[in-house]
Amino acid sequence: MKFIDEYRDVELAKKLVSRIKQLSTRPTRLMEFCGGHTVSIMRNGIRQLLPPTVEMLSGPGCPVCVTANADIDKAIALAHLPDVIITTFGDMMKVPGSYSSLQQARAGEADIRIVYSTQDALQIARDNPAQSVIFIGIGFETTAPTIAASILLAEKEGIKNFYVLCLSKLCPPIMKAILDLGELKLDGIVCPGHVSAIIGSRPYDFIPRDYGVACVVSGFEPLDILQSVAMLVEQIESGKPTVEIAYRRVVNLEGNKTALELMDSVFQVGSADWRGIGVVPASGLKLRKKFERFDAEQAFSVTLKPAREAKGCICGDILRGVKTPDDCKLFRKVCSPEHPVGPCMVSSEGSCSAYYQYGTDYE
Amino acid sequence: MCLAVPVKVVSIEGIEAEVEIGGVKRRVSIMLTPEARVSDYVLLHTGYAINVIDEAEALETLKILEEMASLDEVH
Amino acid sequence: MNDEIILLAHGSGSRLSHELIEKNFLPSLANPLLAKLDDSAVFDLSGRLAFTTDSYVVSPIFFPGGDIGKLAVCGTINDLAMSGAVPLYLSLSFIIEEGLTLGELKKVVSSIKAAAEEAGVKIVTGDTKVVNRGSADKLFINTSGIGIVPEGIDISGVNAKVGDKVILSGNIGDHGIAVMSQREGLKFSVPVQSDCAPLNKLVSQMLEASSQIHCMRDPTRGGLATTLNELARQSKIGIRIEEETIPVHDGVRAACELLGFDPLYVANEGKLIAIVAPGDAEKILARMKRNRYGAGASIIGEVTDEHKGKVIMRTRLGASRIVDMLSGELLPRIC
Repeated sequence: MKFIDEYRDVELAKKLVSRIKQLSTRPTRLMEFCGGHTVSIMRNGIRQLLPPTVEMLSGPGCPVCVTANADIDKAIALAHLPDVIITTFGDMMKVPGSYSSLQQARAGEADIRIVYSTQDALQIARDNPAQSVIFIGIGFETTAPTIAASILLAEKEGIKNFYVLCLSKLCPPIMKAILDLGELKLDGIVCPGHVSAIIGSRPYDFIPRDYGVACVVSGFEPLDILQSVAMLVEQIESGKPTVEIAYRRVVNLEGNKTALELMDSVFQVGSADWRGIGVVPASGLKLRKKFERFDAEQAFSVTLKPAREAKGCICGDILRGVKTPDDCKLFRKVCSPEHPVGPCMVSSEGSCSAYYQYGTDYE
Repeated sequence: MCLAVPVKVVSIEGIEAEVEIGGVKRRVSIMLTPEARVSDYVLLHTGYAINVIDEAEALETLKILEEMASLDEVH
Repeated sequence: MNDEIILLAHGSGSRLSHELIEKNFLPSLANPLLAKLDDSAVFDLSGRLAFTTDSYVVSPIFFPGGDIGKLAVCGTINDLAMSGAVPLYLSLSFIIEEGLTLGELKKVVSSIKAAAEEAGVKIVTGDTKVVNRGSADKLFINTSGIGIVPEGIDISGVNAKVGDKVILSGNIGDHGIAVMSQREGLKFSVPVQSDCAPLNKLVSQMLEASSQIHCMRDPTRGGLATTLNELARQSKIGIRIEEETIPVHDGVRAACELLGFDPLYVANEGKLIAIVAPGDAEKILARMKRNRYGAGASIIGEVTDEHKGKVIMRTRLGASRIVDMLSGELLPRIC
């Protein structure tokens, strides 16, 4: 597969690892902010290959994991309304809210359908005019333009039964929030690859400037990640943190103007509720007044029981990188992919799921 | 986050395109990449092309990787 | 005529039921035992018997490379073959959702006939029920199968020994991707067909080549990863596999990239895993490759006494990682 296989070359990977070992002379703490990077690192066993001086932590990069229980509860409550079809990405199905999950709701009476694209959700709306089709809009800036596009299409076609539960979140604000929390001393950040395809690399300029932390925008194949680690180590060792793009075949400084314009025409920035962190101002997207009629929260009223966190679940700490799954008393003993207590165990990009599936350093 | 895969544009009809990877085909939206042309490679995320892949940069990256890798051989 | 739909009456034992059986099922599946239409098939059989049952609820019922009928016959035959048994007789039960067209049903019956003929098994008894619309997803099929295990054959999940080699008969993930590509909300056009196939003849040939086959299993739901884990747990040994040796069709690889699947967890319906004594591995492999269902066979790993109950894979990059069982459904993801 073109643009994939070339970046999995084993010989080059080994050499890159040697290069990193050469470059790294001091303890270096890096954080990846993208669940896709977490999965790639674990699936390829990259942590095992790196020298002991380089530590890699996982941050809040999984859009499912950072969705607050109250929002999951909302989605489930909407699913139980009469004549409603819920359309969602597969990622959300097993995530436990305060009392239930979409998967459990589906086993009850709720009509919940997994879709690959907002286009499929829109088609379900066209095919079922007598029912209200609500799309659960999770994701970061990579997905938000696709949600915006579907709303614009629905508007153009006069589709009256399509709604979105807006749960889109933004990356740079959460990176700032984590840095401001100051719980960890980070030396470098592996910046999200596909979010950056949309927003460009400029939004990260504040990180080296205000916090002295190195940034590299990384791709997802093993060579991409190793390249980014090498570039970060080089920046850190030289004491000159900046923002570099390693993933240049897909990311540039300015991002995708068309996508950004589409997003801006449909959404406005608002506060968002992040699991483990709480409400962060200007970190999420809400529909502009012009498109309010598509907002599921405004169109439907649901009564919710008070949101609650599962006892003993430290997903929040894990998302902020201050604890690892091994620190959790429930990990493996009570909390497993079959019986997940929190979302970090459910989402394939959640740290706990990645650690559980791929194992901690196995030799 | 954000599973996105490089796919080749096979044909274009208005705001939609037929794309292909490894023989797998799907109709996708190019609302976010109206500049895409047939034979371009685009990054596909949830049924939308989110960027056109810059082939020159891709080759450049491979070159950089080779150079990085050979730096180590001096020792 | 093919637009004619199946009604509740077709399952009630009435004249319509008899018509359905006599005009549609019997002619296709004809054999002396079935033709008697007695309440049970009576026959002589001696030796060690293998007996299995399975229900098939796949949706959609037609997919590239097969349908629920072919799946039902092959699945049951393969379960028998995995114990080293020669499959002989099958039972066949339909639960039909009212509204299924006669044309669709006939297509399924025709697939069943073809699969049974290829494998050399007879369907000797059956049942048909029709349920209200909404009570079944178009068509459910239950089968059970009987076979004879030749003398001296003892194949079981508990028999793996340290040092044994692990053989995989071909590409993984074809069936799961073929079916998934037809699901509403996910439609893709994929260059792969379900690998659904009867493996009993392949197994007979393998057993002719060597008596040192310790375990066999077909990696159906949950994929290669889940099945290897089951065997590791049953035999209380560890299994080590090499990522590079596991064959995956390009189309499956691509579809998995798009949907966020790992091919190791995608279902197969025409593949088997064999755990065999190391001395006979090459011989068995060579024999498998001469059969169309084993042409892509390879040795993918071995049995070890380390990490008992677990499966470890050496990745292309040379690092090792755990390959766990599939937990829950395989769901497409965006992240």
